[in-house]
Amino acid sequence: MIPVDIIVLTLIIICALGALAAKDLMVAAIVIGAYSFLICLLLAVMGAVDVAFTEATVGAGVSTVFFVATVFQTTRRTKD
Amino acid sequence: MKKLALILCLFAGGLLLMNAHYLPMWGDPASPASTHVSPYFIENAYEHTKTPNMVAVVLADYRSYDTMFEAAVVLAAGFACFFLLRSRARGKKGGHHYYRHIPTGVTIKIEEGGKLPAENSKVFRSIDALWTPYDPIIQTTCRCLIPFLQIYSLYVLAHGHYSPGGGFQAGVVLGATIILLAISHNLKTSLKRMSERTAALWSIIGVFIFAGTGLLCLLLGMDYLNYEVLAPLLLSDEAMARSHSILIVEVGVTMAVMAVMVWIYYNLSSAGQQDEGL
Repeated sequence: MIPVDIIVLTLIIICALGALAAKDLMVAAIVIGAYSFLICLLLAVMGAVDVAFTEATVGAGVSTVFFVATVFQTTRRTKD
Repeated sequence: MKKLALILCLFAGGLLLMNAHYLPMWGDPASPASTHVSPYFIENAYEHTKTPNMVAVVLADYRSYDTMFEAAVVLAAGFACFFLLRSRARGKKGGHHYYRHIPTGVTIKIEEGGKLPAENSKVFRSIDALWTPYDPIIQTTCRCLIPFLQIYSLYVLAHGHYSPGGGFQAGVVLGATIILLAISHNLKTSLKRMSERTAALWSIIGVFIFAGTGLLCLLLGMDYLNYEVLAPLLLSDEAMARSHSILIVEVGVTMAVMAVMVWIYYNLSSAGQQDEGL
């Protein structure tokens, strides 16, 4: 039986690498949103419910919206 | 350059990983934080403030400087977006505008210098360049959802003494409702509900409530943000005064965070022009 936090940590690393590898910035923004939700899950597993709540609202909610808004106003493709 | 960045990244990451085992284990009772700092808070938080949620006590009472400057940083972020985007967009006033002829549903582009329909026109409605026909499902769902989200955020704020939550989270959820309105309807719709001026004013007032509470303590002859001295003003004893003051400063944080989130969204989604959003 694998502990929950190991599974979540693995998914976090996959999400982080996925966001770095994505050529489309919109994809990267959404994957960063998923990453934030997984961080929130990890914090909840560790018992820090207040911080998890903040991460869910700020990290996964509003900052994803800000990233998407910025991508819409700039460019969707990365240069590198 | 890219190779250099990769090498630097790997080097710094390797250094961190190599030294990570010096950090105390998670939940280690012998770590410095658990031997000196935490027991004091755990033993005294309820006695000092009559507030069961220790996290709220630490954030808004014992470590209130942290929270106050956090709110100030959020305000600074709002100002930074405002000055960067609004000043650059000022020269770009005018340009073309898009309108929709309501009876026929035809979209009309009016070039620079053309005559614009009246603001409250019954025949034309101004729309965004990226306009797609409004989806009644999305609009209705958001309209039904927004009031409940707002009530929930007020619950998170008011119940912060007893359950996870507090000013910061409540402010973000409240700001997100206005952003949801802007996304599901139109940037103009949400600007009508909450103008940029209101957002700026609210964010400043929010930080001012927090700083003013501290200043009041200073004026009454105590340390900055030492709420005990407010007991006669709040008609309660010292412990309850701290509990009430936590609520007061959290209301300030909520106002500041909510307004700044909306303000940043207005500027980011329209590149500072605020005539059309996403």
